[in-house]
Amino acid sequence: MTTWEVVIGLETHAQLSTQSKIFSGAATAFGAEPNTQACAVDLGLPGVLPVINRGAVERAIRFGLAVGAHIAPRSVFARKNYFYPDLPKGYQISQFELPVVVGGGLTIQTSQGEKRVRLTRAHLEEDAGKSLHEDFVGLSGVDLNRAGTPLLEIVTEPDMRSAEEAVAYARALHALVRWIEICDGNMQEGSFRCDVNVSVRPLGQAAYGTRCEIKNLNSFRFIERAIECEVKRQIELIEDGGTVVQQTRLYDPDRDETRSMRSKEDAMDYRYFPDPDLPPLCIDDSWIDRVRGNLPELPEARRTRYQDTLGLGQYDAALLTASREAGDYFEAVRAAAAGVDAKLCANWVNGELAAALNRADLEVTHSLVSPAQLGTLLQRLADGTVSGKIAKELFEILWTEGGDVDAIIDARGLRQISDSGALQAVLEQLLAENPAQVAEYRGGKEKVFGFFVGKAMKVTGGKANPAQLNELLKTLLAG
Amino acid sequence: MSAPTPAQDKALALPDRGLRSLTQALAQREISAVDLAGAFLQRLEAAQPTLNSCITLDRERSLQEAAAADALLGGSEDAKAAARAAATTAAGPGGQGALPGGLIGALAGIPVLHKDIFCAEGWRTTCGSRMLENFVAPYDAGVISRFKAAGTVSLGRANMDEFAMGSTNEHSFFGAVRNPWDLQRVPGGSSGGSAAAVAAGLAPAATGTDTGGSIRQPAAWCGVSGIKPTYGRVSRFGMIAFASSLDQGGAFARSADDLALLLDVMAGHDTRDSTSVLRQDGAFSASLGQDVRGLRVGVPKEWFGTGLGAGVGAAVQTALDQLQALGCELVAVTLPASAQAIPAYYVIAPAEASSNLSRFDGVRFGHRAAEYHDLNELYERSRGEGFGAEVKRRILIGSYVLSHGYYDAYYLQAQKVRRLIADDFARAFAGCDLIAGPVTPGSAFALGSNSSDPTAMYLADIYTIPVNLAGLPAMSVPAGFDQGLPVGLQLVAPWWQEGRLLQVAHAYQRATDWHQRRPPAFSGAAA
Repeated sequence: MTTWEVVIGLETHAQLSTQSKIFSGAATAFGAEPNTQACAVDLGLPGVLPVINRGAVERAIRFGLAVGAHIAPRSVFARKNYFYPDLPKGYQISQFELPVVVGGGLTIQTSQGEKRVRLTRAHLEEDAGKSLHEDFVGLSGVDLNRAGTPLLEIVTEPDMRSAEEAVAYARALHALVRWIEICDGNMQEGSFRCDVNVSVRPLGQAAYGTRCEIKNLNSFRFIERAIECEVKRQIELIEDGGTVVQQTRLYDPDRDETRSMRSKEDAMDYRYFPDPDLPPLCIDDSWIDRVRGNLPELPEARRTRYQDTLGLGQYDAALLTASREAGDYFEAVRAAAAGVDAKLCANWVNGELAAALNRADLEVTHSLVSPAQLGTLLQRLADGTVSGKIAKELFEILWTEGGDVDAIIDARGLRQISDSGALQAVLEQLLAENPAQVAEYRGGKEKVFGFFVGKAMKVTGGKANPAQLNELLKTLLAG
Repeated sequence: MSAPTPAQDKALALPDRGLRSLTQALAQREISAVDLAGAFLQRLEAAQPTLNSCITLDRERSLQEAAAADALLGGSEDAKAAARAAATTAAGPGGQGALPGGLIGALAGIPVLHKDIFCAEGWRTTCGSRMLENFVAPYDAGVISRFKAAGTVSLGRANMDEFAMGSTNEHSFFGAVRNPWDLQRVPGGSSGGSAAAVAAGLAPAATGTDTGGSIRQPAAWCGVSGIKPTYGRVSRFGMIAFASSLDQGGAFARSADDLALLLDVMAGHDTRDSTSVLRQDGAFSASLGQDVRGLRVGVPKEWFGTGLGAGVGAAVQTALDQLQALGCELVAVTLPASAQAIPAYYVIAPAEASSNLSRFDGVRFGHRAAEYHDLNELYERSRGEGFGAEVKRRILIGSYVLSHGYYDAYYLQAQKVRRLIADDFARAFAGCDLIAGPVTPGSAFALGSNSSDPTAMYLADIYTIPVNLAGLPAMSVPAGFDQGLPVGLQLVAPWWQEGRLLQVAHAYQRATDWHQRRPPAFSGAAA
């Protein structure tokens, strides 16, 4: 039996979050009435010319810096020529030989640990319009609202070896483009979509197998399923004595299979050449420096800081840097909880808060408990004002009813009982009421201790300071 | 057609005056813009069956524009506001290239015939093609906006070779244009309608475009003055593209003096064209009077070889002698790479054209075949019917040279040659202030003489094409006759030195009267 190695590379189209299109002043907003957001340039009317959107270039630079890539001081727009009704000019303006971003890489986390995925390049290009085949009988419609929308196509080296790695990469990239605010990451609306190149080879073989490209995957689950299906198809094909033919394929989620769209023989000759309407894109160092100066702390730097400086574990650090919003929430909690251990903050953000968000199906930015509330709550927990159990109740109150932490504590009498006199009275009474258990304990059955703790908590409504309770109880039981 | 009114009679007597003089007559209300436009329209309409210089004449629309010009001349605030708005539009969004205040209304009432390649709101723009037989653009080209801001009146749309591809104007879907000097000959192309109309006195000025000689060659063959500015000087926005890296808008008129006034208006930055350049070079019309003595005129030896016709050669030599007599110093220069200019051009221009013309697919605008059964047939039939033979030939050549496996051998190689040609000029201009020579090897072809041999037509562009490949400014000025047909003198200046071109051409025209000669059949029209 041959052991097969899977080789995967991704090409991702991230729609850049500019207000206007990459070569025209028309708006890019999603969901407008067909053909209401297409100006003369987008329609490719005679005589109109493209003008590069500076905001799109700036976002490409931002991305390049965030992945440690080289920003080309001179890159060139080229025309990719082919005929299609949703391609108004008969060519797409893209970058071919000289892209704006070269190299760089992204670190991913999988069950196998950490891995670096190298990027080949990232280039700017315009999106095409949409052909609508379903809405008409015997006709096709063309909506050019999307034509000219700015895209950054991000291409990896064939560095991934499993669907898990490919998904981890796609997730990390998705988080990054949102983190640096160059793309809204909305996969339903097509703002972030992946083409996956898959091949297999016998483990140990140096040469790559023949690859197939699966186009336009717009969910992480589809990426995973498409790869699993395609790998299975290729291995079965080879083991049955067949050979893989280079193809472009589509993933059909309903049937959970990939199927051929076109083969290499049908591949079009795009007759690329530099677009004479656009001079080379020149980016000087001062522009790059300005963009660098405006970059937020990046996920990898933040993760390292959380682990090395704050002492968080790898798991907590990874969760808190899965999105910029999660980390920003954590940072805000820390700011509101001065002096509170970072680990406690992380536990609550990744624990109580994450669970509540999950139950309510909310993003952290829409959390019903604000970072300031949670920060104050953790302060009250840390300084002993409330017990851990009460803190959880308090969190629930904040989540469902809102309000001021201290006011709730006072109004509902949630303050922890740390008055040893009061506690002692409670415990003495308990001991008096349960002589049999006292005798058991004194006879060496130490687990009866928990019985008294539970009783004491019940009587005090959970407000007893646990440490104090333990200490007093030990003394009293010792007789 | 009604008989001319006394006012029109008066206007008809005026056209042979230059633009300065016409502007003055209009400003002093000696004539109205409506009468002047009416007079020229009458001539254009009368000559249309003979010369076919126009694709579209729309008397009503032209006279509306003339009435607006009269309002501007009369100081109407609305008309001024409209002119200022056009000036702002011409600069593009956020642009700094708006027409200077002094030029707003500067040519108010001057009639101009526009090559049918400049999109103009409300005017049908066909580019000489069946493909755009019914196309009306919803915007003005940058050039049109600038002329609007200056207050000119559009006389109509000049005939041209389809999509500006051709040197004879026989490749127009709307029929060939005839040369007013000899109706059995071509006017040259692609801006043949513009050149013929100005030569016959049907318009005092006309716009054109020059990709490989399309202004200079018809100017030479029709005996008028024509200028192709430096690439990037005039906005290409709204000018239907043939070969984007070579196309440049320019003008035809009776004299260098007139061209300077036109270029003052046409030149300027437009943010809607990324290849347009923001420069402050001042008014070209101001540099005309400057002394030409001591200027070094480079004479490229390659342009006076065996290919040059004897009659044209003699006329050009006489013109060079005249420049020397004016105090210029003639110096020999060499442009060795020019020999490769035609093959390089016929790779680059069709390559760009094949891509530029892809948008004409019958889907959104332009000609669509009446019958088709699937998408490919829609494309094939629409394009097959919409484009003429010369356009198809160039699309095929262009698609071929860009194809996988041929790109390096053709397109890349041609770009290298292009660089060598530009380097040649740069080296030559180190030793001279401008270059002078012939525009074409011979005078106007007989109609139909090249129909079976397109390469003969291509080869006639040998002196004009290198200039486009280098992006330089150049002119054609009338410089005599070859067996009764006009001959042009080509002047080429370093990049951005249109002022020097116009200065030398003006000095030459003050010393000669070639530019004042009229075709005999049309000299009566000038009354």
